[in-house]
Amino acid sequence: MTPAQQFVRRPPGWLSWIVSDDPPGRIGLNVLMLAILLALAFAPFLFPGTKALGVSARICIFVILVASYDLMLGYTGIVSFAHTMFFGIGAYGVAIMLAKGWVGWGAVILGAAAGAAVAAVVAAFIGMLSLRLRAIFFSMITLAIASFAQIVAEQWRNLTGGEDGLTFSVPAVLRPSFHLFAKPVFGVVVNGPVITYYITFVATLILFLLMLRIVNSPLGLVLRAIRENEFRVEAMGYQVVAYRTLACVLSAVMAALAGALMALVLRYNGPDVTLSFSLMIDILLMVVIGGMGSLYGAVIGAIVVVLAQYYLQNVLAMISAAIAGMPVMSALFHPDRWLLWLGIIFVLIVTFLPQGIVGRLRSRH
Amino acid sequence: MTAGNDAILRLQGVHTDIGRYRILHGVDLAVRRGRVTMLLGRNGAGKTTTLRTIMGLWRARQGQIIFDGQSLTALETPHIARLGIAYVPENMGIFGKLTVRENMLLATAPRGFAQPYLDRVLDSFPMLKVKWDSAAGSLSGGQKQMLAIARAIIEQRRLLLIDEPTKGLSPAMVDQLVGALLRLKAEQTTILLVEQNFRVAEAVGDEVAVMDEGRVIHTGAMAALAGDDTLQHRLLGLSMAAAL
Amino acid sequence: MKEDWRNHMRRWAPYALTPLIILAALPAIGAGPWLTLTVAGLTMGIMLFLVASGLTLIFGLMDVLNFAHAAFVTVGAYVTVTVLRPLAGWTMQTSLTLNLIALLVALIAAAAASGALGFVFERVIIRQVYGAPLRQILITIGALTIIEQLVVVIWGPQALVLPKPASLRGSVFIGSSPIETYRLAALAVGLAVALAMHLFLRRTRLGLVVRAGVENREMVQALGYHIRRVFIGVFMAGTALAGMGGMMWGQYQETVNSQIGDSMTILVFIILIIGGLGSVGGCFIGAILVGLTTNYVGFLAPKMALGSNILLMAAILLWQPRGLFPMAEH
Repeated sequence: MTPAQQFVRRPPGWLSWIVSDDPPGRIGLNVLMLAILLALAFAPFLFPGTKALGVSARICIFVILVASYDLMLGYTGIVSFAHTMFFGIGAYGVAIMLAKGWVGWGAVILGAAAGAAVAAVVAAFIGMLSLRLRAIFFSMITLAIASFAQIVAEQWRNLTGGEDGLTFSVPAVLRPSFHLFAKPVFGVVVNGPVITYYITFVATLILFLLMLRIVNSPLGLVLRAIRENEFRVEAMGYQVVAYRTLACVLSAVMAALAGALMALVLRYNGPDVTLSFSLMIDILLMVVIGGMGSLYGAVIGAIVVVLAQYYLQNVLAMISAAIAGMPVMSALFHPDRWLLWLGIIFVLIVTFLPQGIVGRLRSRH
Repeated sequence: MTAGNDAILRLQGVHTDIGRYRILHGVDLAVRRGRVTMLLGRNGAGKTTTLRTIMGLWRARQGQIIFDGQSLTALETPHIARLGIAYVPENMGIFGKLTVRENMLLATAPRGFAQPYLDRVLDSFPMLKVKWDSAAGSLSGGQKQMLAIARAIIEQRRLLLIDEPTKGLSPAMVDQLVGALLRLKAEQTTILLVEQNFRVAEAVGDEVAVMDEGRVIHTGAMAALAGDDTLQHRLLGLSMAAAL
Repeated sequence: MKEDWRNHMRRWAPYALTPLIILAALPAIGAGPWLTLTVAGLTMGIMLFLVASGLTLIFGLMDVLNFAHAAFVTVGAYVTVTVLRPLAGWTMQTSLTLNLIALLVALIAAAAASGALGFVFERVIIRQVYGAPLRQILITIGALTIIEQLVVVIWGPQALVLPKPASLRGSVFIGSSPIETYRLAALAVGLAVALAMHLFLRRTRLGLVVRAGVENREMVQALGYHIRRVFIGVFMAGTALAGMGGMMWGQYQETVNSQIGDSMTILVFIILIIGGLGSVGGCFIGAILVGLTTNYVGFLAPKMALGSNILLMAAILLWQPRGLFPMAEH
């Protein structure tokens, strides 16, 4: 037991089982995680309104997406730029099924499953071909493959709708016109989008706990050992390439499922929302800000960056209004420059806080 | 060893760590001007680390390295090289994509080749003349070793650090190399030579220092060690005996 | 004897690839557009080479892959806009001399600005992450975002126009094939820079040190050279070359926006992978290949232009897993 762990109060048995004996850590972080869980569980009631519901759903989806990316980056030490591709594959799986006219739960499930399967096959293929190369080579190749996927999505109009993307109908229960109860519950109309949100939330919770299982299993231990010293792991008789490929496949499947949820929530899918390079940068920001090598970091990272995307602009707008007279300063604080500030925060974190927010909270010093 | 004032290089209590591993535990060593000092010892005794620490390629955590009255401990590798110390690493450090000429040119002063030195080197290693414009990567192992040593003496040097030059060479190549080392010895070149082959050590060494577990455990005249089988066996064990 | 012959084949096959592609394109495209497209491809290739060569040298020498390299392209292009604005009097006249002087001023300014920024960049960003590939990728991507956003802060979010000088507009005809004048000029400038680089690397002591450093940094230091100083110089030169590439590319497109560098990033990476990381010669051949492929395929099947380069990369990797001219591993 490390000194840090001695201060951790062990949660009761069943709770510990749920989080795979890997609780967030120190008391502050436990409270924070619990607060986030409760806030997300009751988000439609706590933060009413279409925009807030959209933000909450986005946070959930990005928690999966970022946690699955951390499976590769933080736990195994692989830098891939193809994560959005897998996200997109999942989203297109559902979108294509529904847009082709078969509107039903079968289409949703089949689309998600097909997306996950395609993602797994593609990830296995990329992994086996290029994970034996140097890390930097792998990163560059995934970048090229991801842009190839984007080109395919933009050009294959019959299937993907090209740059315009696909707009489609979701099963009736998920439509805004569907009301689960005749009357509002605590002042909130429980309509299709709220139901969609809860599907997303529950799926996120399940997938997150599943990933927590994975990283705390013997497999997760091997992956971390590879990150620390691949030669030693190889010398111990493990097939490093096979394990890395497995990490990529798991990560890709999770990303594809996140993509399927994204399609359901937006009732639309296009290259910009699920395949763009700027989305990939967002994921990197989230992983690094939250803290690599800790799935709880994914939660924090997703929340911080998604909130920043939606609300940092408002803050910047206030600042720039206050200093409207100063030429350069007002340009720096222009609401559209939120990415500049996130970029600065990102570089500062990589420089001074390499373990990220959660890594910092989990360690004593 | 009578390490009087004529020691050009002196190590005092040098400790070196590599990562978490402590390799040198207080090395004391003196290299006399104009002599060939052999550095012997089992694998892992710290011979290579000692040479690398002198060159500044690893940092000494503790202790002093004095070269001709100047401390090397805080200097960077390029500075140390410019004091006139040439280093021939175990892997020879040949630039395979560069030609033989370019490999040699890199080791010269900014003015380029100095004719007398170039003549002397090509005289010692005539093979280099033939391969002058070939890629160094195309040379055989022995030829690369010749090139590595030629590169070290293409300028006036005050000290040569040579790490296991005979490793992996054919007997004929070893003989050639010993010939070249004897010529350097005859010219009063100061050399600190790491060697596993005792016959080579016996042939070229004036002085000897034996290392074990990160310390120098014996110093003296090479001839004395060569003539004392018991001492040899005690200091060097079976690894050296096998080479006899 | 047979083995020998096979070795020769293996050694020379990478060199034969470019001429083969040029020849193969002739019957597929037809003689008229073929010449136009070949010149266009070579021009694009040489501009890409300017950008990619700096990156590959930086990687070869210090094992640093700078994902923010494209930002220096962007900076070079924007500095060109700023410099050429007051010189509009020179660029609008049809005097070739005045036009070329203006362009030369812009080229030097773009290179100087990018190189100076490169100096600061090496000190502030790169220096912290030597030997840490993961943090390198992350921090340079963060820096890329920051520089691109700062470009918008300084020059504004809208695309800026960058008209070609009067005497470099239009085309000349070789036979029946029209060839844009600017492309010929850019090709000449690019080749001159590439030649200067070649001479520097082959004929000077410093160039020798750089080439040796790519192979074995430690030995270069043991021979008395301060590799850190050499590296800062190479880093600045590399970013200056990227700035030149940005100037020439922006001038060619006649419009500059903050994504101009990004659009090149993937092509540059493809070039590095094709050529072999760290190899300048491989980088040159890779750049020409990518330039030609883009133009030929862009003519035959416009939608496939970028995709075809990625397929080219995949094909070459299947053939030579470490690129056409792999360098020694460190």
